[in-house]
Amino acid sequence: MAYKDQQLSEEKVFKDPVHRYVHVRDRVIWDLIATPEFQRLRRIKQLGTTNLTFHGAEHSRFNHSLGVYEIVRRIINNFENQSHWNKEERLLCLCAALLHDLGHGPFSHSFEKVFKLDHEYFTQQIIIGDTNIHKILERVSPGFSKEVADVIAKTYEDKLVVSLISSQIDADRMDYLQRDAYYTGVSYGHFDMERILRVMRPIEDQVVIKSTGMHAVEDYIMSRYQMYWQVYFHPVTRSAEVILSKILHRAKELYESKEFTFKLKPIHFISFFEGKVKLDEYLKLDESIVYFYFQAWQEEQDEILRDLCERFMNRRLFKYVEFNPNLQMKQWMELYQLFQNAGIDPEYYLVVDSSSDLPYDFYRPGEEGERLPIHLVMPDNSLKELSRHSDIVEAISGKKRTDHKLYFPKDRLDALENEELKNKIMEILYGQGEVRDVR
Amino acid sequence: MLDNHAKLMQFFSVAENVTGRKKLQKMIYILQKCNIPFEEKYNFHFYGPYSEELTLRVEELCNLGFLHEIKEDKSNYYQYNYTITDDGKEFLQQFALDMPNYEEKVEKLKEKSSRFLELVATMFYFDYLPIEEMIGKVHKVKPKQNYSEEEIKEAIQFMKEITLN
Repeated sequence: MAYKDQQLSEEKVFKDPVHRYVHVRDRVIWDLIATPEFQRLRRIKQLGTTNLTFHGAEHSRFNHSLGVYEIVRRIINNFENQSHWNKEERLLCLCAALLHDLGHGPFSHSFEKVFKLDHEYFTQQIIIGDTNIHKILERVSPGFSKEVADVIAKTYEDKLVVSLISSQIDADRMDYLQRDAYYTGVSYGHFDMERILRVMRPIEDQVVIKSTGMHAVEDYIMSRYQMYWQVYFHPVTRSAEVILSKILHRAKELYESKEFTFKLKPIHFISFFEGKVKLDEYLKLDESIVYFYFQAWQEEQDEILRDLCERFMNRRLFKYVEFNPNLQMKQWMELYQLFQNAGIDPEYYLVVDSSSDLPYDFYRPGEEGERLPIHLVMPDNSLKELSRHSDIVEAISGKKRTDHKLYFPKDRLDALENEELKNKIMEILYGQGEVRDVR
Repeated sequence: MLDNHAKLMQFFSVAENVTGRKKLQKMIYILQKCNIPFEEKYNFHFYGPYSEELTLRVEELCNLGFLHEIKEDKSNYYQYNYTITDDGKEFLQQFALDMPNYEEKVEKLKEKSSRFLELVATMFYFDYLPIEEMIGKVHKVKPKQNYSEEEIKEAIQFMKEITLN
């Protein structure tokens, strides 16, 4: 029997707190899960630094990847005998779902920003490069790995297949919302996924929703909206992200200065510092390695690196105030100067962080709306864009929300001996609103 | 702080006005491909390379009063026009940006239609492929656009010119 058609002698299941069970029958899927590249995802947390805010958020990208696979598997089972669904695409969809986050590294957000990396590029490289994953996919059929990579990159010609993994109502979002809600312990993020799966219908180039399922979709959109502002953009998590980014910046700066010698040579980071990261080096860096260095850097000579690492490891985070760059740019510049006068390097200790989200976007023909909207299929088989039919979704459609915060180490300011300087800084900060304690 | 916002403001200052959100998206992407250091992350979407980050930043700059957005009703769709405001100019003055001179490229990009820039940006997105494969890929991912042979040739020529200067 061809490798692509081989089934395990008996179904394997992973116990999963969100979907109860993740079912695997295909030999290809079982083999992909067993590769070192996929197992590496166990050592990368799904939510990076969020566990410093919500202590339960220790789940990994491995859990999430299995979850997305399971949702797609269930969707495809429902599509089985429906028109527009090409059964030949089944394995392609399952592989793309399982592997869609393969290129994520530790603390992706900060690493990508500081070292100008792109996890999607590495996902592609792991799939089409010289890896175990690639070998398995090519055993399915020559060129199959490229097809999987194309689905994940959204450049695959069959948009229906792409939309299962990546659209405004896709398996990726449906898994992470529920999974992140479960592990953080928040009450947002829950919606009736079973209902949504039952009302999904495949059409020519997208998945649409039977109109009777509209309320379940409304619930999903609102869950996403709430999760972004209550969990993903939580100001305490952002404080930890700010410190993490600054650690990476500082370590890179010290490496580039050539005058500084690390007590422990940062061999795992060198290619990142030099901007020449090869795939094998990228795959070696997981969270345990990063934590190892952060632990070691607490013993380094450089005061800033030492302090930032100590803060990150012991959760001694920066405090924050609300900040409006339009109205408060002058105060920020004044603060920058005052921090310098106080001997607190503002490049590392005075940081504006911004978060934005667009909860749902509708279609604006011709000009914009590059996200495909969610369509409802009406009883007469016509399609209607969701926000035209749902008042709840209409209320938040196309509305972006942005939040700026100014982060700083209040303990360092409290310890300043120059009272005049301290008061001046505090006056500007407090003048902008109450200083929030992140504990 | 806000360096990426400042880079965009500098772009709007150079371009003076940009008409169309899709055109703006493609202009910044093509400039990135010419090694102008804009840092917005792009993915492939329905009209080719698209950056959610860019959309959000432009919206923020409008909210901050640094950019002026005019929405024109074109009967079956809306078109957006962007210009820098006096507050935006003041904001920009606070930054010492180290950017190469790309005025000529912006002029060239402004002259072209958003349909054409969509084609160029899409071809740039697949520039790691051999030319014939790249063209095949463009037709596959954009069957509804029906790009002609002439347009493809013009796009290849444009890509050469814009990366050279």
